[in-house]
Amino acid sequence: MKSLQELEKIRQEAIKKVDIRRDREGTRIVVGMATCGIAAGARPVLTALLEEVKLRNLQDVIVSQTGCIGVCRLEPIVEVYRPEEEKVTYVKMTPEKAKKIIAEHIVNGKIIHEYTIGAVE
Amino acid sequence: MEFYRAHVLICGGTGCTSSGSQTLIDTFHEELEKNHLNKEVKIVKTGCFGLCEAGPIVIVYPEGAFYSHVKIEDVKRITEEHLLKGRIVKDLLFKEAVEEDQIRSINEVDFYKKQKRVALKNCGVINPEDIKEYIAFDGYKALGKVLTEMSREEVIDTIKKSGLRGRGGGGFPTGMKWEFTYKAKGDQKYVACNADEGDPGAFMDRSVLEGDPHAIIEAMAIAGYAVGANQGYVYVRAEYPIAVHRLQIAIDQAREYGLLGKNIFDKGFDFDVEIRLGAGAFVCGEETALLNSIEGKRGMPRPRPPFPANAGLWQKPTLLNNVETYANIPKIILNGADWFSSMGTEKSKGTKVFALGGKINNTGLVEIPMGTTLREVIYEIGGGIPNGKKFKAVQTGGPSGGCITADHLDTPIDYDNLISLGSMMGSGGMIVMDEDNCMVDIARFFLDFTVDESCGKCPPCRIGTKRMLEILNKITSGKGEMEDIDKLEQLAKNIKASALCGLGQTAPNPVLSTLRYFRHEYEAHVKEKRCPAGVCRELLAYTIDPEICKKCGICASKCPADCITGVKGKEVFKIDTDKCIKCGNCMEVCPFKAISKK
Repeated sequence: MKSLQELEKIRQEAIKKVDIRRDREGTRIVVGMATCGIAAGARPVLTALLEEVKLRNLQDVIVSQTGCIGVCRLEPIVEVYRPEEEKVTYVKMTPEKAKKIIAEHIVNGKIIHEYTIGAVE
Repeated sequence: MEFYRAHVLICGGTGCTSSGSQTLIDTFHEELEKNHLNKEVKIVKTGCFGLCEAGPIVIVYPEGAFYSHVKIEDVKRITEEHLLKGRIVKDLLFKEAVEEDQIRSINEVDFYKKQKRVALKNCGVINPEDIKEYIAFDGYKALGKVLTEMSREEVIDTIKKSGLRGRGGGGFPTGMKWEFTYKAKGDQKYVACNADEGDPGAFMDRSVLEGDPHAIIEAMAIAGYAVGANQGYVYVRAEYPIAVHRLQIAIDQAREYGLLGKNIFDKGFDFDVEIRLGAGAFVCGEETALLNSIEGKRGMPRPRPPFPANAGLWQKPTLLNNVETYANIPKIILNGADWFSSMGTEKSKGTKVFALGGKINNTGLVEIPMGTTLREVIYEIGGGIPNGKKFKAVQTGGPSGGCITADHLDTPIDYDNLISLGSMMGSGGMIVMDEDNCMVDIARFFLDFTVDESCGKCPPCRIGTKRMLEILNKITSGKGEMEDIDKLEQLAKNIKASALCGLGQTAPNPVLSTLRYFRHEYEAHVKEKRCPAGVCRELLAYTIDPEICKKCGICASKCPADCITGVKGKEVFKIDTDKCIKCGNCMEVCPFKAISKK
């Protein structure tokens, strides 16, 4: 170890691996993964979200899963929780839509209204 | 780099390992593989989470779901329900002993709410066998900071200002110890770490080494820089194989990353650490005996002064601190002296780790700010006394400490308060006793330990404690006389005043403190030949209550001494006390609870 900068570089790399265990306020993306969700294709959506988060090296974003969100006919459902924002519920998701949500909503902060439950209903 | 959406943390501390956590880890790997989750979910083997009572413990992040008493057959359910479908397996979650509600997340557990984890901060959070995880949680940043930004005097000053006192038992101000070693003359100096931890009931040092070994290495390197030493030794007992194993891995990794070795942080500072194994002798926790043992000599203490700061290992100036003391150092450097001294009481700063054991619901490790009351620790964190029994006393400080009664439960815990109550902080063992514990027997237990562990160098300890034990045996077997109590007290005071080292000087403490608060129990043993708690076997008498006895004869059939007589179905059964060997079999088998011991 030669310098603080070198240590910091290792730290930044390593943080990504343990980030999930730290207490902090960040974005949570939750995928409904009950039987209905999985049957409607939630797993590829989840994988797409994970890949995109990893690809863009997004800190402070957690992708997790939950049970049935309740509107089975609109599955796969993805919910986005951001600090100081109302929860946004996206419905009838596909891997492509999921990637777009990461780009528009998570990165640029623009909700894609046409995918939300309000627009579809 | 792999990206994982969930982390499964499984406790790999000694406690959970012995209740089977390694098999759990293997099973988790198999189940994840089966469900194609091995690229999404990461298994991390950590150090102790603290709540050993509930082990093996599994925590799933990001939810922080806290599963306790996890069995092999539960792994499948956690994998398929929680990890695959995202449904937390509620019936496997940790339940508070006092309430019915299940606790979902680790942040909601009462056991952790009142705690403040500084020394144990990383324990149960990081993978101790991966230096990168330690670095991710700000590891080695403090070492970098002192080497690049601080002078040796500034480091010592920070430790002094923080108010940190030795966590191994003595409570000596750590900064002053550092300063003495820094000022000592000598071209060769050493830094040593006391990881001997021999107190019955204490295991916080083991847990730190198992859960966060790099913290000790980093702290020793900081100390080495401050006092001017280039070599460190960790003296750890061989009974701690997991701790030794992980410490060795950590040392190797630190060398590989250039955090030990030559020219660290390019500042011309060389430092290395080696492990020295002890054979598990209590006296080797005493500093001068420990240093002798590192040198390869017999672990016996020598008179002080000279203190190790001036003449330690091979007569060179040596800084010796305990594991928990070192664990605080990197945090003090990073967060500042004021941060540390804002916690605790006026004369005892920071936090202290206690090993809760005995008659308490949540057995395990707790770290609390100094000044927390004993009541908060025992009832709020410890979850109270099991089976509705009454609290009687708490023994702190191991064999060198003493017992504290219910009258003192509201005392804020710090070095000075515990000493004024006739006990001490010690390394932080905290053994809770209920109404079924006999205090004379407890004193006898601890003295039995010290007699065994006395190194024999000085007569007060070698002969004196042996005589005390003989008197205690006499009392607990019902042969004691009133003058024995006086003799015991006199002996205790004399040994305290004349023994060579800390082990001998404090050995009489359990006797003195029980005499102080529970003299009536000693007197009951001597005058009435009675053990009020029903522990001392030779003073017990088993009797059958004729009102309750249903004449079934089960007791008689199970009596190995043939001392119970009666006629099945016709006549109440009776115990012949003279023949009775007091094994307690009859009481255990009686379906009607008709038998009692007094």
